[in-house]
Amino acid sequence: MGKEGCKKISQASAMEQVERNLARRRRREQRFRRLSFSAVVLSLGFLVLLFASIILNGWSAFLRTDILLDVHFDSEVLDVNSLVNANYGKLVKQAMRERLPEVTSRQDKREMYRLVSSGASYKLQEMVVADPTLIGTTVSMWLPADDLTDMLLKGKIERETPEEERAMSDKQIQWINRLVAQGCMELHFNTTFFQAGDSREPELAGIRGAVMGSLFTLLVTLLLSFPVAVATAIYLEEFAPKNKWTDLVEVNINNLAAVPSIVFGLLGLAVFLNFFGMPRSSPLVGGLVLSLMTLPTIIIASRASLQAVPPSIREAALGVGASKMQTVFHHVIPLAMPGMMTGTIIGLSRALGETAPLLMIGMVAFIVDVPGSITDPATGLPVQIFLWADSPERAFVERTSAAILVLLTILTSMNGLAVYLRMKFERRW
Amino acid sequence: MQGEKWENFTEEKGMQGEKMKKALLMAACMLLASDVWASGRDYVSLVGSSTVYPFATTVAERFGKTSSFKTPKIESTGSGGGMKLFCAGTGIDTPDITNCSRRIKKSEYESCMSNGVKKMTEIKIGYDGIVIASSKKATRFSLTKKDIYLALARSVPDPKGSKTFVDNPYTTWKEVNPALPDIKIEVMGPPPTSGTRDAFDELAMQGGCKTFPWVKALKKTDKEQFKAVCQALREDGAYIEAGENDNLIIQKLGANPDSLGIFGFSYLDQNFDKIQGSIVDGVAPDFDNIADGSYSISRPLYMYVKNAHVGVVPGMEEFLAEFTSDRAWGDEGYLAEKGLIPMPAEERAQVGKTVKELAPLQL
Repeated sequence: MGKEGCKKISQASAMEQVERNLARRRRREQRFRRLSFSAVVLSLGFLVLLFASIILNGWSAFLRTDILLDVHFDSEVLDVNSLVNANYGKLVKQAMRERLPEVTSRQDKREMYRLVSSGASYKLQEMVVADPTLIGTTVSMWLPADDLTDMLLKGKIERETPEEERAMSDKQIQWINRLVAQGCMELHFNTTFFQAGDSREPELAGIRGAVMGSLFTLLVTLLLSFPVAVATAIYLEEFAPKNKWTDLVEVNINNLAAVPSIVFGLLGLAVFLNFFGMPRSSPLVGGLVLSLMTLPTIIIASRASLQAVPPSIREAALGVGASKMQTVFHHVIPLAMPGMMTGTIIGLSRALGETAPLLMIGMVAFIVDVPGSITDPATGLPVQIFLWADSPERAFVERTSAAILVLLTILTSMNGLAVYLRMKFERRW
Repeated sequence: MQGEKWENFTEEKGMQGEKMKKALLMAACMLLASDVWASGRDYVSLVGSSTVYPFATTVAERFGKTSSFKTPKIESTGSGGGMKLFCAGTGIDTPDITNCSRRIKKSEYESCMSNGVKKMTEIKIGYDGIVIASSKKATRFSLTKKDIYLALARSVPDPKGSKTFVDNPYTTWKEVNPALPDIKIEVMGPPPTSGTRDAFDELAMQGGCKTFPWVKALKKTDKEQFKAVCQALREDGAYIEAGENDNLIIQKLGANPDSLGIFGFSYLDQNFDKIQGSIVDGVAPDFDNIADGSYSISRPLYMYVKNAHVGVVPGMEEFLAEFTSDRAWGDEGYLAEKGLIPMPAEERAQVGKTVKELAPLQL
């Protein structure tokens, strides 16, 4: 009797204890959940902040101020025999004088000419060289305005600041107001940004050179690293004997994935440039260096996806008489391919965002001409962002953000492709 | 269903195999092409200082757009890095021209000579002022070089008057000079790898150092120590190395009006609605004062040309002619618009003559 009561009491107290503990345990779990949830919210918040600031800064770079001018292609200025060297600036100035006829004094005229970009005369030159029959005619066209005019129209130069502290004079603002009122100055979609290479004049600068440079570089990287990495992974996973040597290779591959990218740049400088004498600043060398960097990433991903193929498939293939090679190439690789491709795309998108190794091989450079092959001098998108971020002209601030937006778009779509491939071809056993 | 999928996979694998073969072939072709690429370069290649970069690129772009030659390629490697590449030897895989925000050093000249770069022409292209700027929201500083030295040096002459050096004890500007405001010393500037820093150390810090007669005397007796005490900047947080990005310094000045920033004149020129240059020794850092030499923290900028490449690389002479033309580096030229301070007309004429003759530099 006494014994039983004792047991009952101890049971009850145990229950009590459990219940007490239970409340504490629940509280703990609640706390942990709340903390982890707030961590997610915080990181999302920062991401939103980052994107918002980039988009807010950058969207205006997709618009550019243009001035409508009636350009008279004066046959006296344009000598048919030397169209390249003719004074196109004079034509632009003349058109500006006609647009604002009230400006007469020398000093004022000089200020007025500053409203239009120096790129206007390049455009005229291009047009005349392409079509000399224009000489003698008058064409009304939109020509780019100077970056300061552009900044004023976009509200990045404040009109309220006193004249002596402002980059534009009161007179210039007055003229701009008149041109806007007449409909001769408007914001248009900035096609130059997508069609031109780099420039020191913000209104003429574009990302095409950098995008093409990045594309060529990635092409070389893909062509080199994908076959090599996949072959390595297949050999190590399916054919290689397990011994000290293969272990060593495996450890080294994993270590290579953790090597800082600047080291690969130094290697590229020493081997590809100095030893092989390949051309400096070319996407070829950039691609070679970046493929060294992406190789371990792709090898590791490919090996993981080969490991994920169940052994029963290999055994079944061998069982019906397939050779080792047939087993691997007919059955294992097709099943592992989605994983390999995902790894490749992720490796490539890492390579796309890389600047440090390119610094060593001369791809951090001012290059105006859009590269046409893998041996032309080129830069990459992240390098272009770096160079613009360091430029003194204020109009480059928005262009920097716009270039970041383009880079992010490309990266997001590459990663999206990786996710899509995985979803589409992934098989579960 | 299952069978179909399997077939798809094997088919895809076949295509992948084809692609792989193509890729390998292309890679092989590229390696074979390696002999071809060394044969010629049809554009001028420049390397060097990030201070000269905005000016050199402007000329290069104009040159590319208005001539029949390709646009020169310009790498921003820093003055020292550029010299190293430039002096590596002659041949089209080395740069033709290097930009420098200081004069070539004796050691660099010798390294050039020993690597076969026997003849180079020195071109002085203009001046750049180094400004000590603050936000427009703050009151404008009026400093002397002595103030700058006392505020930023790691060790300063004993404030009590003995002829020894002590660790920099000053925390506010007022302690340095009673005429200055009572705010914490906080200056952002370039790291030691920068040419701007070299020039700042030499012109502002040494200049301030020499205002102490007994320290000036030290220069004659112990040059090493003189350099060490006059050029070492403090590392206790009053001087902040802000990296090479001058735009970042300007943004930080806006956020913290009590701080000062050190950078090249072109950044002040582009942002003069936001920041103001401090007056140094009674002179404000504006275009005219730097041009006539009355603003004392200014330095000449240089270009070095490899004479052996002139006539070999197409467009060299023409590019140099564009750079030294009046519309580029003249008083009203487009480089002045970008913030380069032009040389006086006689000096331009003299340097222009050197460029035409390609008179080799003798050190």
